Amino acid sequence: MAEIRIDRLHKAFGDFVAVVESTFTIEDGEFFCMLGPSGCGKTTTLRIIAGLEHPTSGRILLDGEDVTGLRAGERDIAFVFQMFALYPHMNVRANIGYPLRSQGAGRAETRQRVEETARLLRIEHLLDRRVSSLPGGDRQRVALGRALVRRPRAFLMDEPLGTLDAEFRELMREELRQLHDRVGATSVYVTHDQIEALSMADRIAVMRAGVMEQVGTPAEIYNRPRSMYVAGFVGSPAMNFLAARGPVAPGAETVAVDGAHVPLPSLGEGLDHDDGQLGVRPEHVYLDDAGPLRGSVFGVEYMGTRQILTVDTSAGRLRVRAPNDARVSIGETVGLTFRRDALILFDGRSGLALGQGPDGPGEAAGGVHV
Amino acid sequence: MSEIRLDHVTKTYGETVAVESLDLTVADGEFVVLLGPTGAGKTTTLRLIAGLVAPDAGRLSIDGRDVTHAPPNARNTAFVFQQYSLYPHYTVYDNLAFPLRAPGRKLSREAIDAKVREVAALLRIDSKLGNKATRLSGGEMQRVAIGRALVRTPAVYLMDEPLSSLDAKLRESLRVELKRIQIDLGSTILYVTHDQTEALTLADRIGVLEEGRLVQIADPRTVYERPATTYVAKRLGSPPVNLLPAGSLGIADGPAATATIGVRPEDVVLGRAGPEGRVLTVEHLGAETVILVEVEGRQVHALAGAHDDHRPGDTVSVGALVDRVLYFDGAGARVAGSSAPVDAAAGA
Repeated sequence: MAEIRIDRLHKAFGDFVAVVESTFTIEDGEFFCMLGPSGCGKTTTLRIIAGLEHPTSGRILLDGEDVTGLRAGERDIAFVFQMFALYPHMNVRANIGYPLRSQGAGRAETRQRVEETARLLRIEHLLDRRVSSLPGGDRQRVALGRALVRRPRAFLMDEPLGTLDAEFRELMREELRQLHDRVGATSVYVTHDQIEALSMADRIAVMRAGVMEQVGTPAEIYNRPRSMYVAGFVGSPAMNFLAARGPVAPGAETVAVDGAHVPLPSLGEGLDHDDGQLGVRPEHVYLDDAGPLRGSVFGVEYMGTRQILTVDTSAGRLRVRAPNDARVSIGETVGLTFRRDALILFDGRSGLALGQGPDGPGEAAGGVHV
Repeated sequence: MSEIRLDHVTKTYGETVAVESLDLTVADGEFVVLLGPTGAGKTTTLRLIAGLVAPDAGRLSIDGRDVTHAPPNARNTAFVFQQYSLYPHYTVYDNLAFPLRAPGRKLSREAIDAKVREVAALLRIDSKLGNKATRLSGGEMQRVAIGRALVRTPAVYLMDEPLSSLDAKLRESLRVELKRIQIDLGSTILYVTHDQTEALTLADRIGVLEEGRLVQIADPRTVYERPATTYVAKRLGSPPVNLLPAGSLGIADGPAATATIGVRPEDVVLGRAGPEGRVLTVEHLGAETVILVEVEGRQVHALAGAHDDHRPGDTVSVGALVDRVLYFDGAGARVAGSSAPVDAAAGA
């Protein structure tokens, strides 16, 4: 168990700054995801926490203890690499026990800890099987077992599901989260997959070019993104942005989009130039002949439980999540309306969300239909 | 007329039957997607049609012409591969123009130029025409690869997972573009993938392959709502359909032959009726919530709206929308229920 504090962490590789003066705390027992595209600094941050990389400046504190100068092996942290890094010729028992044996643990102790770990992973029945005879999922469990058996204070994982096919990734997501709940150790997880972050994390840090753009619960990140970057990174399809004409006075309750007045949650902050971007998630756009905006249907995608419509308006292209019984055809002109309390107005120049008044979207603002 | 027709086509590799007595017709202007996991025979089917491999038995025709024994270049097909196969030292323009400059074509410089620019605009790579292929992003390269197929206006397009090497966002936007281009041009496309979203969203009809056999071919809605077998049911839907022994979740009535019931996650109802279960995980995915429940010794997925507030450890009753339950017999074939869900939806 450990709280991990990252204090003014900075890392440069020559001219390239990978992590910029980063300060945040990962709480004890938390499942913390660092989310961002490649090159955003997430893996570098993780490697510095692990002790595999030295920071240019700044400190890492494990439960208040400064470990910045300690080597990886002295930090009591498990780093889960590519999950399939196992010894194929050994059986499951030997693979899981390996880290203990190599640390000089006795036979009896190793045996007991391996069995305890196997129970936790629900692979007791596989202990005497050869790793090479196991299907992918079980091998992955064994790899996790090897990290768990040391009872580290924290787990660091770098895109551990990246190489798996989609169906299996879904299963392992649930399994990893359940395991985390059973073990209770702090987990730090790096991914570029927004679904993994939303589904598993207690908190998500969205990163961009070495900077933490926003840290919050999945609901905060999804419903109250601080910037267009964050808003566009989570959600599938991603949030739509429509050109909205400024200036907008503080307290305004509508904004001009394509000549129409779209009702907004009241703004605590105004926009002093004309470049506004109205952010709306696909599930908050509804087909409505009386709606303020009109557009032409470019594409209709049936998805089983829902349909995704692509609609071109003169303020931009929109993706709309519609119920699967909505009958819409390509080329048709449709009216659109929005769920007012879920709209966010961004400053198109800075990319930042404008602060909202008391009736702005709460964490609970979400879709009403699936 | 651009029609692909396969009659009893079989292809074996040693002991392995890659494609078994396949009957398939892709109509003029139709977008057919073959869906199946690795080894189901998807790629072999495409290669048979392209003439890259020869069938052991059966007959193949394109445009009503028997091409079973015709060489690849006499079949008037264009193949788009999974990995973009571009000439790296050529510009985008030259890559697109290449198929048109083939000696046999005798196209004027002006005609080639017009075609290249038209296709580049369609694929929104017109601003990149002067770039070397190596200076493009992955998405741009794949658009050029698709463009190379489009410039030729062949009878049929054969596409082998052309979007699979792209990242999720790009795949999403190219998917909708590709479908629109196909509609606008009226192209005939046979497309293979293991990605169910591509199959659902692109296809006029989805053909589901299992070990070289075509188990069902129908429009996406029918395949989703009335799958022929448990195998087909499992291929579509995320999270996947819950397959449970007959009588589970308190669903007692159903056809007599029922051995397995299928309940889609969106049709699982929590907290109203049915046996008690325990919530294992809750995934808030933004617009929806996926809840995994352990009930009657099995794990069941439920799909709920954004507002769901179940928590791991909660005890909850687990039921299902009875009129949407799928019934399967002991062999995995679907048996008609009391009311077929698709009929209600199709009438809307």
